[in-house]
Amino acid sequence: MTSPRTLYDKLWDAHVVRQESNGTALLYIDRHLVHEVTSPQAFEGLRLSGRKLWRAKTVLATPDHNVPTCDRAAGIVDAVARTQVETLDANCAEYGLNEFRMDDSRQGIVHVIGPEQGFTLPGATLVCGDSHTSTHGAFAALAFGIGTSEVEHVLATQCLWQQKSQAMLVKVDGELRGGVTAKDIALAVIGKIGTAGGTGYAVEFGGSTIRSLSMEGRMTLCNMAIEAGARAGMVAADENTIAYVEGRPQAPQGADWEQAAAYWRTLHSDLDAVFDRVLELDAATLSPQVTWGTSPEMVLSVEGQVPNPADAPDAVKRADWQRALAYMGLSAGVAITEIAIDKAFIGSCTNSRIEDLRAAACVARWAVAHGRRVASNVKLAMVVPGSGLVKAEAEEEGLHRDFLAAGFEWREPGCSMCLAMNADRLEPGERCASTSNRNFEGRQGQGGRTHLVSPAMAAAAAVFGHFVDIRDLKLDNLGGVRR
Amino acid sequence: MKPFTSIHGLVAPLDRANVDTDAIIPKQFLKSIKRSGFGPHAFDEWRYLDRGEPGMECAHRPVNPDFILNQARYQRASVLLARENFGCGSSREHAPWALEDYGFRAILAPSFADIFFNNCFKNGLLPIVLGSDVIDRLFLEVWACAGYRLDIDLAAQTVTTPSGEVIPFTVDGERKHRLQNGLDDIALTLQYTDEIKAYEARRRIEAAWLFA
Repeated sequence: MTSPRTLYDKLWDAHVVRQESNGTALLYIDRHLVHEVTSPQAFEGLRLSGRKLWRAKTVLATPDHNVPTCDRAAGIVDAVARTQVETLDANCAEYGLNEFRMDDSRQGIVHVIGPEQGFTLPGATLVCGDSHTSTHGAFAALAFGIGTSEVEHVLATQCLWQQKSQAMLVKVDGELRGGVTAKDIALAVIGKIGTAGGTGYAVEFGGSTIRSLSMEGRMTLCNMAIEAGARAGMVAADENTIAYVEGRPQAPQGADWEQAAAYWRTLHSDLDAVFDRVLELDAATLSPQVTWGTSPEMVLSVEGQVPNPADAPDAVKRADWQRALAYMGLSAGVAITEIAIDKAFIGSCTNSRIEDLRAAACVARWAVAHGRRVASNVKLAMVVPGSGLVKAEAEEEGLHRDFLAAGFEWREPGCSMCLAMNADRLEPGERCASTSNRNFEGRQGQGGRTHLVSPAMAAAAAVFGHFVDIRDLKLDNLGGVRR
Repeated sequence: MKPFTSIHGLVAPLDRANVDTDAIIPKQFLKSIKRSGFGPHAFDEWRYLDRGEPGMECAHRPVNPDFILNQARYQRASVLLARENFGCGSSREHAPWALEDYGFRAILAPSFADIFFNNCFKNGLLPIVLGSDVIDRLFLEVWACAGYRLDIDLAAQTVTTPSGEVIPFTVDGERKHRLQNGLDDIALTLQYTDEIKAYEARRRIEAAWLFA
């Protein structure tokens, strides 16, 4: 009898092509997402060395980081960005890769379109030259971000050299209180273990709360695993996972489907599997979370006050907190709900799926019903769907009308102001309620100040002009329940 | 890739934790389709007082006198002394490209973010993990002594201070071999082409849906 294995062990074992005695393994990669920013040098490397691409059918490409979110008909105005997107188009054409170009209705953020197309499959290994590739672990896949040299390596060999990580279980049990989402779980976990707390680990999220999360919620959670420094995040496959995949354009069909689904049902940690570290969290104790500083670990419950550097645990942290407060233009002791914002951004690979948009639209409808709209001090409140298909689905449900009626802008899909490579960005000193994943200095624009929150919290901050506790609005269908 | 054997390098101290790759090379410079030329924009937002844009001539931009790397005593440093979780955030390999192009060959820190750590080895840059207490002490020594240099010997896996103290470090054997010889990973992997094909043949049966 074999010893009990974690989900990570199972995924790892199934992909070892060659095991070296020093612990390094050559892992086979089943799926590879490619975008315009981290791939041009990889294709150039292939050309310079005269190497062939190993297996074109494992690649799905799309431009997402640089694309404009309005006036698409005009093309990309920024010449440098345009060259990068055109380079992706040319490389995909040259190597015969499946690409959803900017004008394709299926274009979107790589981490949204992979699952949407059924390209992301349970039990697969999936990589992308993007740190948020951990998202796909929501499907019980082994998914992680890589650099450009590794992108080239996978294109040329279909494999990667990897050291196996340790296994961590983050076990969340209990029922989430209304208005508390997967994003809040993710931020609370990072607040607890720190941005390096997951370094060296592959993290599995388990427990009754995780099992009750939608696939969208699981993606949000795994997406943020990288912000805790983890190599990968993952959730066991269950009937939700299988139902989500079924019928998607690239999902297995016929006899393949039956065989695949039977295998996927084995993709969970064995009962007695041993983890190197276990973290337990009670979902019922969680409140909506808001970051106050320049690292995702600088996070608080919405009921909290900006901390005092004098209370920091050590000298390095004290200096960090001081620097963060200065950068953020905040003083110790200020209540989170007193912080006024200039912009709101609802989007990114963390929170731009249909369920996220439904939650935000729910707040927009509440605003209209209460004679409110985006507050006068908020210069811009933008909603950027994760893909063309998410946008179409939202429009079919009429969500765009809810947003527009409340004064939000309704944009074209892409990464947008999560990292501000396109025209969407914060100006120096501007403060933003953002559903994205990083509040680093300058992330959303030089001098910009980012507060990470859930979609409903961002929408509510836009309506009130400052952060509010979403639970005060007494909305009971924030979980993405269809109307 | 430039091989790494040993260096005798000037050390620059960057005393902050969680230095992320957005700070090492801001997003606007990622629009380049080249691997080179990122050095003048390394730490752009901290290093200059104006807003940096791709294609700028950096020699005449206003520099931030408060940024440590701008101090005269740290010019031409090739060893970066850093704090916890260095290189966190985005997977952009432009970060090690920028650091290497700036002139760094080695980075010493108590811990590194995973993807950044991997990326360094692909670019002739040696990330060395040392205990927090050792790093703390090195910071004090660097601050106290202008022109502070360290000897880093990859073959011996040692860092030697000016006082002659020898600090050992660990590095994965395979990575060390590739770094010492400036070897291309892909060429090595392609030696195992038969094994990769055998794996694929097996998986076509076991998990046919991944090959449909």
